[in-house]
Amino acid sequence: MATNLKVATSRKAGRYVIEDKEEGTFRVAREAFTSQEVFEQERERIFSKCWLYVGHESEIPNNNDFVTRKVGGREIIFNRDRKGQVHAFLNTCPHRGALVERQAKGNAISFRCIYHGWAFNNNGTFGTKMQEGDYGPRFNEDGCANLPSVKAAGYRGFWFLNFDANSESLEDNLADYKDLLDLVADQGPNGMEIIGIDQKYSIRANWKLLMENSYDGYHAADTHETYFEYLIEAIGHEAHVDQNARVFDAGNGHAYIESDMPWGRPVARWSPKWGEAAKQEIAQIKQELVERLGPERAQRVGYHSRNSGMFPNLVINDIMAITVRTFYPVAPDLMEVSSWTLGVKGESEAQRKLRLDNFLEFLGPGGFATPDDVEALEIAQRGYAASREAGWNDISRGMLRKGFFRGTDEEQMRCFWREWARRMEA
Amino acid sequence: MEATLLSRSVERPLSRTEYEDFLFEEAAMLDHRRFNEWFALFTDDAVYEVPQAGVSDDANSGTELFYIADDHERLRYRVERMQKPGNHSEWPASVCSRSITNVRVTGSDERGVHVECRFITYRSKNEATDLYCGHHQYILRHENGALKIASKRTFIDMNSLRQQGKVTIFI
Repeated sequence: MATNLKVATSRKAGRYVIEDKEEGTFRVAREAFTSQEVFEQERERIFSKCWLYVGHESEIPNNNDFVTRKVGGREIIFNRDRKGQVHAFLNTCPHRGALVERQAKGNAISFRCIYHGWAFNNNGTFGTKMQEGDYGPRFNEDGCANLPSVKAAGYRGFWFLNFDANSESLEDNLADYKDLLDLVADQGPNGMEIIGIDQKYSIRANWKLLMENSYDGYHAADTHETYFEYLIEAIGHEAHVDQNARVFDAGNGHAYIESDMPWGRPVARWSPKWGEAAKQEIAQIKQELVERLGPERAQRVGYHSRNSGMFPNLVINDIMAITVRTFYPVAPDLMEVSSWTLGVKGESEAQRKLRLDNFLEFLGPGGFATPDDVEALEIAQRGYAASREAGWNDISRGMLRKGFFRGTDEEQMRCFWREWARRMEA
Repeated sequence: MEATLLSRSVERPLSRTEYEDFLFEEAAMLDHRRFNEWFALFTDDAVYEVPQAGVSDDANSGTELFYIADDHERLRYRVERMQKPGNHSEWPASVCSRSITNVRVTGSDERGVHVECRFITYRSKNEATDLYCGHHQYILRHENGALKIASKRTFIDMNSLRQQGKVTIFI
């Protein structure tokens, strides 16, 4: 690694992250995005220790509902048992390891392995009647034949799991990120729900690049020039990125930015392109928010946009629509992304259509913006091939700014990297 | 009553080979990046939709999250954007090759004649080549003597976009 950075007393220098508060510089080694050693350490120190998003309660509304998905590189069943209790299980038979459920979602009172027929109640307990003599009399007294359970906890409908039995509680870890989840969950009088299935795609870049990108207010005007051109046409006047967006350090590596962005929001900011009928409906939605939350909070919940990151890899962007996405490295230079959208439970057909349209215009593999982000991330990754000669990323923007950090600064990313360094460089 | 409805609405289908010629020419327009000419094929009330990979034919863009669910106006901008340097994922442009097969005339109604085909599309950029395979469903009808697209729905018959990662071309 080429380094000729100035040494100062306010300097905190690890192998990958160097911060100098006096000079106002923050640098991250590009090796952190390319190294196989980092990739393997992240699995141990981050994805096996942190709270990871597993799903939303609306995906399993009824008793016995389940979904299966990969979380932290492991196959997981996220379900509600016969009594309605929510669980996360490792989707692997305790006998010989095969998946015990292969459908993406469904409703089942039990799971059964196709290999030797071992079956499990949907609360995880082993449920196959064995012939006397096949196993010893004390077999499964220690639970070795039950479906392996993973610690799970929820907050306002968002569920998380943790592979580390000794981790701090979800609520302690969430810290002020609970405020962000509240701001999203408060949008619906009857709660929020995931709409349909997740978009499953991939990006040929290191996963941390997507975390940085997701709440990066600085890149928007340049990377998304063609989206803003479309938006200007749609709203009929100039559109700018809010230069006074605020950054919230939510603790434990979580952060979000809150901004006044010119796009319409289904809850509850009308856009001229939606027409008069929608204007009335959105005024009613706003009114309901005011009655339920009071005028100040209603304005914050409904009018402002938020881009957020919960360490290590949950993004909830409450912008022109709400996207909930997680992403995992499958190699240092390749990530798999799952992206859902969240809507208000019980909203009208017209609102739902408008919400989905708003999502698609900006977000996802066919949006007018996400593919440009993907291109930016992929060419950054290609640039890192020269990391021996050009070894450092600069994330210093706004470090010495007087007053408050702007969304177009890079403090939110520094929140992420400080936590990453704490876990990786200890 | 039924006869009136038929005579008002339903267009007599052409032969399969005539629709094939149309679809082959459409694919060539896209392969050759003749995007404005391609956009002129759509009627003013046209829809252009790409549901999520692997979903069934009854997918509904009003209740499910698609990749693309364009009306004529948004499609117009998508075509315009396709030709802008600020469309970063397609500038410099990818190279594409589209094969159209298994063309079938499947019905007709007041919107036009329903035609379905299978596609295999390769997109190549940055030394990576991505494959899309699936089927297109068209509703085609004549306007002012020319055959037009009233609806095009592109179903990607693959489990996910894990391999390709994006839908930045007209598949």
